[in-house]
Amino acid sequence: MEDDAPVIYGLEFQARSLCAQEAEGDSIHFLVGTQSLRAENQVHFIDFDDENNIINKTIFLHQEGEIWNISSSVSDVSLFSTCFSKTTETESELKAAVWQIPDNRDPPSPVGDDGSSSHPHLILKCYLEPEVRSDVKSVLWQPSGDNHTVIGLCEDKIVFWDLNTASSAPKVVSSINVEGKGQHKMTSGRWNPHHNCNQIATANDTSVRGWDLRTMSQVYTIESAHGQLVRDLDFNPNKQYYLVTCGDDCRVKFWDTRKVTEPLKVLSEHSHWVWSVRYNTFHDQLVLTSSSDSRVILNSVVSLSSEPYGHLVEKDDGDDDSLHESSQESPKMVSWSLTRSMKTVSMLSAGQVLTLGHLLPSAMMDDW
Amino acid sequence: NGTGDERRHRRDLKLYYGMDNGETEATSHIVPQSSDPCNLDGANFQSQLYLSKLIQERSLTELMDEEQKMVRDIKGLDSDMQTLVYENYNKFISATDTIRKMKNDFRKMEDEMDHLASNMSAITDFSTSISSTLQDRRQQITKLAGVHSLLKKLQFLFELPARLNKCIEMEAYVQAVRYYTKAQRVLHQYEHMPSFQGIHTDCEIMIKHLRGRLMDRFRQKESTAKQLTECVDLLLQLGEPAESLCDEFLSHARHKLDEDLGELQRQMKLYSGELSPSEEQRPSQAYMNPGMDVLEFVDSGCNGFLSNMCLVIASYNDMFMNRPQADESLDTVALRKLVVFVNDLMEQYFSSVRQRVQLEKETGDNTILVRALDRFHRRLQAMNKLLPDTDFSRAGTEIVSKGAKDRVVHYLKSLKQHFADCLTDIRQSLAAPRIAGKQDHGTRLADLLANMQSSVVEQFKSVLGNLQAFIAPDITFAMKPYFRGPFCSQDVREGLVVAFVKHVCTVCNDFCEVPGDKTTSPPALLLILSRFCIDLENAAISYLLSLAEEQFMVEDRTSVTAATDLFAMAKDTGQRLLNHYVRVQGLTISQMLRKSVETRDWLNTIEPRNVRAVMKRVVEDITAIDMQVGQLYEEGVRRERSSDSSRRTHALSTSQQNRRPQWNYAPSIDNSLMSNIQKLFSEKIEIFSAVEFSKVSVLTGIVKISLKTFLECVRLRTFGKYGLQQIQVDTHYLQLYLWRFVSDENLVQVLLDEIVCSAVHRCVDPVMMEPSVIDLICERG
Repeated sequence: MEDDAPVIYGLEFQARSLCAQEAEGDSIHFLVGTQSLRAENQVHFIDFDDENNIINKTIFLHQEGEIWNISSSVSDVSLFSTCFSKTTETESELKAAVWQIPDNRDPPSPVGDDGSSSHPHLILKCYLEPEVRSDVKSVLWQPSGDNHTVIGLCEDKIVFWDLNTASSAPKVVSSINVEGKGQHKMTSGRWNPHHNCNQIATANDTSVRGWDLRTMSQVYTIESAHGQLVRDLDFNPNKQYYLVTCGDDCRVKFWDTRKVTEPLKVLSEHSHWVWSVRYNTFHDQLVLTSSSDSRVILNSVVSLSSEPYGHLVEKDDGDDDSLHESSQESPKMVSWSLTRSMKTVSMLSAGQVLTLGHLLPSAMMDDW
Repeated sequence: NGTGDERRHRRDLKLYYGMDNGETEATSHIVPQSSDPCNLDGANFQSQLYLSKLIQERSLTELMDEEQKMVRDIKGLDSDMQTLVYENYNKFISATDTIRKMKNDFRKMEDEMDHLASNMSAITDFSTSISSTLQDRRQQITKLAGVHSLLKKLQFLFELPARLNKCIEMEAYVQAVRYYTKAQRVLHQYEHMPSFQGIHTDCEIMIKHLRGRLMDRFRQKESTAKQLTECVDLLLQLGEPAESLCDEFLSHARHKLDEDLGELQRQMKLYSGELSPSEEQRPSQAYMNPGMDVLEFVDSGCNGFLSNMCLVIASYNDMFMNRPQADESLDTVALRKLVVFVNDLMEQYFSSVRQRVQLEKETGDNTILVRALDRFHRRLQAMNKLLPDTDFSRAGTEIVSKGAKDRVVHYLKSLKQHFADCLTDIRQSLAAPRIAGKQDHGTRLADLLANMQSSVVEQFKSVLGNLQAFIAPDITFAMKPYFRGPFCSQDVREGLVVAFVKHVCTVCNDFCEVPGDKTTSPPALLLILSRFCIDLENAAISYLLSLAEEQFMVEDRTSVTAATDLFAMAKDTGQRLLNHYVRVQGLTISQMLRKSVETRDWLNTIEPRNVRAVMKRVVEDITAIDMQVGQLYEEGVRRERSSDSSRRTHALSTSQQNRRPQWNYAPSIDNSLMSNIQKLFSEKIEIFSAVEFSKVSVLTGIVKISLKTFLECVRLRTFGKYGLQQIQVDTHYLQLYLWRFVSDENLVQVLLDEIVCSAVHRCVDPVMMEPSVIDLICERG
């Protein structure tokens, strides 16, 4: 890595959704979905050449609408899902679909070579529709690689689809209704990679709930996990029971799901809503958070990590602290590359700019 | 001339008898006269010279007279000579007579002497014959006298057991011991003879008995010291080993002292309530007697235990030490025993006093405690004199210091408690009359703060006043530097003042740490506390420190916390509290805004006719916050821009006009490009900058956070035409009312512009409302 300068990639439209392509082996791939009310939306497939520090991109058209959420399949490189809103004059609803990246696509063209406006279309695999019409906030893929089941988080229920059916429309296998009073709309959720992938956790307003997929019932609740809305959560990829959440009360909290009364640790570096939080897959002491206080913070939480203390020589700060801060306008989404552990951080500056940093994320200004 | 004659005669006589000496001086004196050749009486008289001189010097008549006088002198001399010769002759005759008479007397005396010699020899003969006859008798008499005394001694021996018995019966132990010691050696010597052996054993039995009696008396509790001394004296004479006696005595004394200690322990337990008095007393008495207070306790300790201890030491000294006949080693052994004994007991005593002093937890006046400690200290010093090698005053001072330290800790605790009570009071009065109206509510914040400050300071003063009892001039230990130095600087200044300030800071900091989740503290409390911290920094800390330093004359300032550190700490805490206040208030308003944006269907809303109620509510709340903060913080610096509203509205309208063309652009790259370019040139807004200690700055912070939330929420929604217009109305309304709260109205402007801009971006059919209509709606609302 001769050049440590961050690589910046500009998007045409504002964007809110970003994910690392999970199924890919060696290369660093990200998917970005744009948000535009008026123009045709796009999905950017970004290939980052780590050694030459070059970004290759492929742009696909996403005709259905603004993309609010994007997630890629764990086992099949070509599959991913989006949650998008179709906006008409009078209504706007969130729908979900599974897409396939066309196989016979052109080799990714280098950034800048952006002359052709005719981008290829994505292949629509199927729509994911709940039985009762409801906004689908996000789609979760089974983390162990079982490609048949996906989960959709609707406003007040969790829906399971089986993709492995002959018919074009996937069948709703089952669904869980979120019971309770008042506002329980889900904001986001994660599939727990441990316990044979039998658990998911969802963020509902100020609380976090854990669900057992075998019994289809709630197994734990962290009531008032945050003072205000919980924005995002993530499981420690290497240490079961460990969970991190972030929310509008500007805090990032670490939890043990066996003991939900008290957080294990609270970080309060941010001064506005914390939009997203992600563990690094390999070095789980590294936690990346983004906030609308215009900062992305890379935290090193060695005390709650699966790695033994002091093991990481390269960045051994000894204790938990925030390693890097980076000033953004309003970063909405962060993601780690899933391949090279430490090497690459990708972050969506909640707008038209995607920044690829080598641990030191940075971005160009665009406020969205 | 008569005298001259006499002298001449005498000289002649002297010359005659060869008696020169003694008169040599006189003669030598006369020499100058006599050397004059013209002196008639001189030895060197020369008649020719004299004559010629006379003839030359004198007249005729004078010569005649001289001649006559000369003749007269000669005649006188002649008659003198005659008388002298006659006298001498007479004397000579009488001397001859005397010698003749003596010759006769001596012849008679010789005869008598012969007679005496013959008599003497006769007497000598007689005397030798008598003494030879008496020789035998005398030896017999001497022998008899010896036998007599021996018999007397034997009689004494035979009578000894009876005598001893009698003495013992009469309790004349001294006598008995004297008898025994007299006889002991003899008895010991003739032990082998059966009769003596009998006596000896009898005596032994008696003495054993006596010893037993003495021991009994020695062990008796009620024996007086004098009796004890006597006993020990006698027992020592009887050859009892001194060491065991020491032990015996000490264990005997220990018994008594243990009783005293036990009583002290009991009193302590009574006081602490561990032991209910009813166990030994009737309930009514028990009610009356809840254990002694500390002064009584120390008194009883001094009078009971310590006095007895002194007594024991004194009598022990009398008995076992400095005895004339005892040897050095006994002294050292005895002293060692005593020291061990005393140290052991004193240790127990100290521990019970220490425990008792620790029990003294009540607040309020501690003069009693101080007096008690003082008495204790003095008494110990007195004891030191008694037993030179040991130093109890150190242990005593430690107890006193510990007591003082405990008091300081206790007072610190009570101060903390008081502070916590103050906080609770404030919480309650904040919670109670919410309905009473916001106007009223605002004025009361300042009162609450003032109340808390004065009450804390008052409490502090009273505590310091109470603690001053420890260094009152009439207290002996207060004057000792080894007490006073650490007490004033370490205990009072550090342990009380500094620790209290630190505690306040910690408590306040705790309010900032992860609250808002479970136990929400009212924002007004945060505000009051932050002001309290600032006041601490500005005045109170230095006041309290100087108060303490003055009252306690703290001199050693080397090892103490610097005031500047405390200032920094207080300021830091105040800052954190204020930041937290801004955050809490900002989040409250944010929450309101967020809910209002999220719950509305912006696509299908009707044409705006009113400002939404939530906006009014936001303005109301911010006004209330403004009142709140205004009570405690100064206005602060506003950026000079435009204070008159006419200019402001003008600025607003122009800025809107400036923006207008931009909105008409097709929303695409150009749009965002434009806004980006615009942003590059406009001032960058620091939304989450640190808050200053002024009303304007606090309000600015809250407004910024609220508007930022509004912006973020708007970006998550999709708007219809009227939805966008409603946002326009709302933001204009906010613009109208919020500018006055913030330091830089441009900031509100920029944020609100951005909100509208975002709404335009998220709008499916962006058609703006006429500014005049907006104005109208806002004025009506």
